[in-house]
Amino acid sequence: MRFSKFITNLERKQMLNLLSTGKRIDGRDLYSYREIKIETNVIERAEGSARVYLGDTDVLAGVKIDVGEPFPDVPNEGVLTVNAELVPFASPAFEPGPPDENAIELARVVDRGIRESKAIDLAKLCIIPGKKVFVVYIDIYVLNHGGNLIDASALAALAALLNTKMYNYELVGEELKILAGYQPLPVKNYPIAVTFGKVSDYIILDPSLDEEQIMDARLTITIDKDKRICAIQKGIGGYFTLQQVRDIAKIASEKSEELRKLVLSECK
Amino acid sequence: MEKSEKPLITEDGLRTDGRGPRDLRPVKIEVGVVKNADGSAYIEHGKNKILAAVYGPSEVHPRHFALQDRALLRCKYHMAPFSVQDRKSPAPSRREIELSKVIREALEPSLFLEYYPRTSIDIFIEVLQADGGTRCASITAASIALADAGIPMRDMVVACAAGKVDGHIVLDLNDIEDKNGEADMPLAMMPNKGLITLLQMDGLVTQEEFKQMLELAMEGCNLIYQIQKKALKSTFIKTVEEV
Repeated sequence: MRFSKFITNLERKQMLNLLSTGKRIDGRDLYSYREIKIETNVIERAEGSARVYLGDTDVLAGVKIDVGEPFPDVPNEGVLTVNAELVPFASPAFEPGPPDENAIELARVVDRGIRESKAIDLAKLCIIPGKKVFVVYIDIYVLNHGGNLIDASALAALAALLNTKMYNYELVGEELKILAGYQPLPVKNYPIAVTFGKVSDYIILDPSLDEEQIMDARLTITIDKDKRICAIQKGIGGYFTLQQVRDIAKIASEKSEELRKLVLSECK
Repeated sequence: MEKSEKPLITEDGLRTDGRGPRDLRPVKIEVGVVKNADGSAYIEHGKNKILAAVYGPSEVHPRHFALQDRALLRCKYHMAPFSVQDRKSPAPSRREIELSKVIREALEPSLFLEYYPRTSIDIFIEVLQADGGTRCASITAASIALADAGIPMRDMVVACAAGKVDGHIVLDLNDIEDKNGEADMPLAMMPNKGLITLLQMDGLVTQEEFKQMLELAMEGCNLIYQIQKKALKSTFIKTVEEV
């Protein structure tokens, strides 16, 4: 994921010089997102879908719903599964084959945000306790890697969940009978992932692909609708000081509001 | 799976294993336990029993993985099938792949990898018994194993978790607390300069609780750091006596 592009020493120096004046190579200030565009319902076959453009990053998330068995320790709850695919056409750094550690980390960070904030009311997805529940599959497809895949993927996953429709059903014995009409998936929280990069001693929000090549460390904080922290993930070698972590948590909380407003207005 | 019906924290503020909220589980570390490895360590952190072995710097296999400007650091975190309640398939799970990645990234900033270009340093972690907080214990053990292998480092890395259980902020969660508590936050750091090299969390906490957990986890790290340093020193003192 890191070495998908080469950055010359000259570019690196220029980027660092700009950072010392509070600016970035693409004209942003340190704590700004790139332009975000959200399209919903882009795949009719899926129960829910969304495409998110974050600068050059382009991510598609699809939701499919199936009937399956619950986990034995939570017999009264539906099941949530998140998977991410980094397909080779999205970047020269992606390779064909089963998900590698980067794809797995991406999926698990998105998963953690949705799961821990209890975004989906899984209790409402139980059909027959211990036997039959709905399984919600969220599949994330990265279509172009332009940096900060986590935030784009989390946003796409949330937007897809918000426009997911489930069919109406009634139980005939133990079998499901599908009825006409749809109901929305019970979504009760809106987790937003906010990712920061550390370049030298500067903290930047929403690192672009260029910035990802020179950053030393990454920190993602996922914030729920009540401004609580529901997931954290530090990535790439490198370190943060205690003060940096505290600052990042505060900025993440503010920035998550902006993104939540945007996604909710797009998914009405 | 273990599921507790009892409260996780009693009225007198004691936890399921009798600890207070800010108490660590007993930690025992041995160094140099795997003869063939260049460096190794064994840690018992509560009921966790974990072995870490380091091989390298050595020639990179396969060769095209070699980096021209520094050593390639690889890490494999693996749980033995008998380490948990229900047998775990020995094939690497998605969780193990993610943990291998975050553990490697937690250790990487402590090492002078640029001293050994075109080589590899491999870390193997085997969890023999798990009881919550295995990634933290693994990092603590792997860092000593790296030191035992003589790899130059800025500081040792030590890890400890803090979390929220039954509304209380607690240190060093065990398995039951991890599964039934509200939040678990593993943190790794290089204590000399207080640099945080791993930070993860799952759960739901407020900003204020997050701050308290950060401080508590760092406190826990400092406590384990003393045990870690003592374990490393004692092996070398022993060597001198043998001569």
